[in-house]
Amino acid sequence: MDTSRSPLEATGFSRKLAATIIIVYMIVTLIPITWMVATSFKSVDSAISYPPEVFFEPSLEGYVNLFTNRSRQPKDYLDSLPPPDTWYEELVRSREMVITGPSKFLPRYSNSLIIGFGATFFSVFLGSLAAYALSRFKVPLKDDLLFFILSTRMFPPIAVAVPIFIMYRKLGLGDTHVGMIILYTVVNLSLSVWLLKGFMDEIPREYEEAAMIDGYSRMQAFFKVVLPQATTGIAATAIFCMIFSWNEYAFAVLLTQFNAQTAPPFIPTIIGEGGLDWPAIGAGTTLFLIPVMIFTVVLRKHLLRGITFGAVRK
Amino acid sequence: MKSAVKKFKGLSDKAIAWIFIAPTLILLLAINIYPLIYAIRMSFTNFYANKIGREVKFVGLKNYKKILGKEEIWEKMQITAHFVCWTLVLQALIGLGLALLLNKKFKGNELLTTLIVLPMMLSPAVVGVFWTYLYNPQVGLFNYVVNFFYDFGIFDMIGSSTLAPWSIVIVDTWMWTPFTMLICLAGLRSIPNYLYEAAEVDRASKWQQFIHITLPSVLPFLLLALLFRGIENFKMFDLVAELTSGGPGSATELASINLKREAFEKWKTGYSSAFAVILFVTIFGFGNVYVKVMNKIKER
Repeated sequence: MDTSRSPLEATGFSRKLAATIIIVYMIVTLIPITWMVATSFKSVDSAISYPPEVFFEPSLEGYVNLFTNRSRQPKDYLDSLPPPDTWYEELVRSREMVITGPSKFLPRYSNSLIIGFGATFFSVFLGSLAAYALSRFKVPLKDDLLFFILSTRMFPPIAVAVPIFIMYRKLGLGDTHVGMIILYTVVNLSLSVWLLKGFMDEIPREYEEAAMIDGYSRMQAFFKVVLPQATTGIAATAIFCMIFSWNEYAFAVLLTQFNAQTAPPFIPTIIGEGGLDWPAIGAGTTLFLIPVMIFTVVLRKHLLRGITFGAVRK
Repeated sequence: MKSAVKKFKGLSDKAIAWIFIAPTLILLLAINIYPLIYAIRMSFTNFYANKIGREVKFVGLKNYKKILGKEEIWEKMQITAHFVCWTLVLQALIGLGLALLLNKKFKGNELLTTLIVLPMMLSPAVVGVFWTYLYNPQVGLFNYVVNFFYDFGIFDMIGSSTLAPWSIVIVDTWMWTPFTMLICLAGLRSIPNYLYEAAEVDRASKWQQFIHITLPSVLPFLLLALLFRGIENFKMFDLVAELTSGGPGSATELASINLKREAFEKWKTGYSSAFAVILFVTIFGFGNVYVKVMNKIKER
């Protein structure tokens, strides 16, 4: 027997075979995403040609369409207009249309940002307080409390959407940023408490106890010793909360309409002439997915923990 | 030590514990539990949320009887079961397979894992929309690729009532297989080397090692992954709402999609609340039984 390596280690051939299969899977699984990004750089005509065009002349039509509203005009009217000032006006003009104003994409995107950041801040802040208490103190019925916090995730969102809808209507919170921030904060709390409790359990108690012997109060010890120690965990939790709020759809589509609507319910409604405007949807999708992809790469070490509510740690 | 700490200034630990937990608890009670109780209360009435001022009558168990006696609801449950079962089977098999391959440590392993994981981090609703493009019968890439390997002619994954249930299974599997993969991979990495070394000394074949060491060690992890996916897919709304919105007809009308139609399109608030309660109890019940079984398996 070859004693130079452990029997666990695969032989050269089987390792190469495994790597090949994984690479093929990776390529296949990324095709849909790549295709959508590619579509965002196609012209409307190229996006609906068959067979699908793998090589195409890049165009920014999708992005222009995403950010503007346009209307089709007769040729003689277009000729009577002064020459276009900007490249995007020229592009729209070449499709025999004029720009009538900005689209709703930017407001929707910024709603996603405002609500996402707001909800992330509050769920991480409140979550770290609760997680600290549950991690350090004797709390009556602690396990039941933790399970209760987790079980709130089992509700189908639609099941609580109706009462929340009625409640929000009464309180004047329907279709407002504040209402959505509160809602997403609450939905994220279960994840935030569970994850942060796991991270805080890993910080030795001796640190705070030493600080308290040096004259810190419990509060000071928490804010000045424990929180800085938990920075990585807090950052990872925050990114998870952000991704959730960013991607959430059910509550957004049911509870918001004009004022506080986020991007996910909006992107599917981008319509061009004669159906959905695929390059524009591709562009919206691309701009919407980029932050999440960056987050995923940043998070890769904590991914497992986040998706299992801390049940599995590496 | 404990008593020494207590002497220091500031609030008592007990007070701090409650101050720290209270905001979380209050918010969960206000935005989760109160609406749930509200929904349970409404489920016994004939309330319509769009008809304000109309007298709300207590109707007892009528809504529940109506739902459980309705053939249509059992159809929705069947559609949901089809979706949940197939996605779980496919994601378990492919996810475990990928994890086994990734566990053979080769170069670029971590980068490949991160890339493979990408689909599951995306917004399900947005994924739903762009798959309608891939599934487009005239210009869709999916249809083109399928026809490239075997010419089926024009087919419509979303528009045909026989294919549509599979179209949602395919997209969900594409999106969430990395989830099972990642958890199984953690399970594989937790197996101590000495188990295999001992097996090797005992001249156990690779296959025997797989059956007696690898599989039993990964199983709890795989079961945990399936629990998460099972709950999520039983509640599935966003992805399917944008992909097929329950159609054609009601071929892909999962429980949650049906619930949304009853609650927010027909505004049958009382009736749909009863349905919501039934769904919640089902998820909770299944979840609890599953966890018990899972723990039994772990103990073995």
